[in-house]
Amino acid sequence: MDRKFAIKDPLAESRLFLSRIVAAFILILFLIAGLVVRLVYLQVVGHEHYATLSKDNRIKISPLPPTRGVIYDRKGRMLAENVPTYSLELIPEQIENIDDTLVRLQKLLDISEEKIDLFQKQRKRNKSFTSTPLLQNLSDEEVAKFAVVRPYFPGVDVYARLVRHYPYGDLASHVVGYVGRINEKEMQTLPLAKYRGTNHIGKTGIEKTYEEHLLGTAGYEEIETNAQARAVNTVATVEPVAGSNIYLTLDIDLQKIAYDALSEYNGAAVAIEIKTGGVLVFASRPGFDPNPFVSGISGKEYKALQDSPDQPLYNRALRGQYPPGSTVKPFLALAGLEYGVTDFNHRLFCPGYYKLPNVDHKYRDWKKWGHGMVDMNDAITQSCDVYFYDLALALGIDKMHDFMDKFSFGRKTGIDLVGEVDGLMPSKEWKKHYRSQAWFPGETLITGIGQGYTQATPLQLAHATATLANYGKVITPHLVHSIISADYADMIGGKADALIPLKTQNVENIIKGMTNVVHGARGPPVAWPRPLPIKLPVRPARRKCLPSSRKRNTTRTPSTLKCATMPYSSPSRLCTTRKSRWRLLPNTAATEVR
Amino acid sequence: MRTEMRNEQFQPPSLLGNLLRKLHIDIPLFIGLLLICATSFVILYSAGGQEVPLLIRHATRMGFAILLMIVLAHVNPRRFQSFSVALFSVCVLLLLAVAVMGQISMGAQRWLDLGFFRFQPSEFTKISAPMMVAWYLSERALPPKPKHVLGAATLLIVPVLLIAKQPDLGTSLLVASSGAAVLFFAGLSWWFMLGIVALLASLTPVLWHFMRDYQRNRVLTFMNPEADPMGAGYHIIQSKIAIGSGGINGKGWLGSSQAELDFLPESSTDFIFAVFAEEFGLFGCVGLLVLYLLVISRCFYIAVQAQDTYSRLLAGSLAFTFFVYVFVNIGMVIGVLPVVGVPLPLVSYGGTSMVTLMAGFGILMSIHTHRKLLPV
Repeated sequence: MDRKFAIKDPLAESRLFLSRIVAAFILILFLIAGLVVRLVYLQVVGHEHYATLSKDNRIKISPLPPTRGVIYDRKGRMLAENVPTYSLELIPEQIENIDDTLVRLQKLLDISEEKIDLFQKQRKRNKSFTSTPLLQNLSDEEVAKFAVVRPYFPGVDVYARLVRHYPYGDLASHVVGYVGRINEKEMQTLPLAKYRGTNHIGKTGIEKTYEEHLLGTAGYEEIETNAQARAVNTVATVEPVAGSNIYLTLDIDLQKIAYDALSEYNGAAVAIEIKTGGVLVFASRPGFDPNPFVSGISGKEYKALQDSPDQPLYNRALRGQYPPGSTVKPFLALAGLEYGVTDFNHRLFCPGYYKLPNVDHKYRDWKKWGHGMVDMNDAITQSCDVYFYDLALALGIDKMHDFMDKFSFGRKTGIDLVGEVDGLMPSKEWKKHYRSQAWFPGETLITGIGQGYTQATPLQLAHATATLANYGKVITPHLVHSIISADYADMIGGKADALIPLKTQNVENIIKGMTNVVHGARGPPVAWPRPLPIKLPVRPARRKCLPSSRKRNTTRTPSTLKCATMPYSSPSRLCTTRKSRWRLLPNTAATEVR
Repeated sequence: MRTEMRNEQFQPPSLLGNLLRKLHIDIPLFIGLLLICATSFVILYSAGGQEVPLLIRHATRMGFAILLMIVLAHVNPRRFQSFSVALFSVCVLLLLAVAVMGQISMGAQRWLDLGFFRFQPSEFTKISAPMMVAWYLSERALPPKPKHVLGAATLLIVPVLLIAKQPDLGTSLLVASSGAAVLFFAGLSWWFMLGIVALLASLTPVLWHFMRDYQRNRVLTFMNPEADPMGAGYHIIQSKIAIGSGGINGKGWLGSSQAELDFLPESSTDFIFAVFAEEFGLFGCVGLLVLYLLVISRCFYIAVQAQDTYSRLLAGSLAFTFFVYVFVNIGMVIGVLPVVGVPLPLVSYGGTSMVTLMAGFGILMSIHTHRKLLPV
């Protein structure tokens, strides 16, 4: 039936087509007229202006790099600042023979081949009239040396530039991170417009995470130059906007105490303010001096850092994964209470070992002769393994996994540092997927005392403990307190990101048990080199301790013959000195690993 | 006049006339094209740093393109019509292949490498898309009904999206506009067009969302070239200086200081018009625009003279797309349109676009020289 209407009318169609061609032609005429008008505007009206720009003088556009934002600790002490230094820079366009100039400069000053290579790479990226640094951090002597022969080096000059400096060196290197020269890979992905005139970019730590805020906005200058390419006049200037300043939640005094307390051991210490999630201490020992990275660390120096058995570049607080040992016991006790598989007064006789039904193997307690009758409070206080073997079996691995997962065991806490690792909280599913094996009941037992597959970072432990002390309120730990720029201030953190439904009574019971580790009658004496007690005063209900594993990893590193990394141990000497120090921190969850 | 010619058919025609008839070449169009090509050589010599090998490569491609044009001019337009669907399907399949291979190599992929031969399917689409739409609409009564407009749009959107995804925004816009031109010439109602414009305006934010960062940058830079004077805005600033400094009379051939001193990037490809404007001034520019206009006029004439709907629509679209090329390129170089990678047709250095354009002109000549001269 459509046929009737589908009959073509060639005459009408061709008439319609003709009208459309005419319409299109008129449109085209209009548009071409528009182009001509624009051309007249450029070539007649603006001719004089553009001719001046093009012929007698040439406009050069040179970028004005922004000042990078400063990083402060919570009390306003500079952790990363910008200090003026001299740098030797070349403008390739003005140099006839670059290779020859470089050779002559090498004779004059001490310039390594590496620096020459880096310069060549950077030169290719820049426009030929952009000043490209060859040597940074010139000493007064070097500046003077060059000043004498400067007339023989057209296109080469010494400039005063702001260079990043980290006054606290290795103390906060794993938190603040460092900036370094933009490398080739970064060049390909960066929004280059933002980095005109800027040669550095945050490589690790806060410098990297908050790169966007610290960077600022580049400005530029339109400079009129004469035929000899000398600047004669600045036509226009767009001022750069400095990057935002960043205040950290870190307290560098406390950081120093923790760092020193770790003394010659390799380890990490993390302290989190419970109410806000702000990280007060984030120490990883040994650290490294970030300053050489700024001007380009030499291959030799870098290799030395990388090959060092102490692994100074390794951020233990963030990336170190250790068996959490007995530190998981309070969480598992809480799991038992919350799931209702046990209650706080449940008693059990500990003979010093535990046996699975129908299995001969003895799972030993750390106390060979046993703890005797223990309830949950005693079990937490004395870190009774047998009690927790029993509890773990009652819970089962999947319930343990599900509960611990809420406390960020086995997944990232989401701290504002790049490179955080997951840790590991095993489950049946995990083992099937990654090990292609069934789960054994014995593994449930040892997971109950934080051994086996379980791994956690010091940060995760501190975060989990803070969450517990917050009665299940999960606050993502963060290092940045506020971002302050000329026109805005941005406060970060303090809000709960999630809430784990917990019964207040249960949490209070657990905290009581933890407090008794240090203050209870049956708790081990303070001098006992086992638990790491951190007393959190202010309100009694919030008093809380972090018991620790008794096991000691005696892995010896060949160079130092000291105990390295691994479990939570705390010699009494540290314990006492630290106790008084930690007392200064109200509402803090902390962890230390050595 | 026509009757006379017909009467004279049996008499031996002049030697040249006979030859041209056999060659199926449309003389006015051919002359116009040759003039533009000649301009291309003149300006490329200057813009390309007076390198002869560059010119030779350019000439080789041009020779091939002209040969292709003549070959296509010999093909009966009915053949094009019957091959439209097949050609379009092949193009879409090739675009899909490119998309899949691009997925594998994790990057922009426009080329299909057949080992011995590399080509861009998106280029062929510039011709096969309007052919397809012209075929589709010519089978139906005109002006097209809404459902047929919708059908044509559906046909178009597939290759356009595939090309935009490559990502090649310039080409995908050209393909879209060539298809839209067919719809326009087919008599799409003005209200409908107004509606589409309104719809597109409201869809701009969505489009923005799907753009790549560098594409967004180009648009932003166009809005405000000063935002990145060292990078993308640099093109526009420098090209404006080149054009403006040319003045009314220009600096004369080989007189472009901006290109010579390497201030002007891409001076022999997308930004060649800036060099032309600097050397030949306003007079030269207007002259070149007039030349383009003459070629377009002749193409429109051919379209009007065409004897069936398919030929008419295809010819009109090819002519209009040629204009879009010119307008988008010059508009971008003089800073009234954003920088999209569209070359100045037949003048810019670079082979693929020239081959497609010449193929288009071959089809136009075929349409014109295969008319049946019916008695009035």
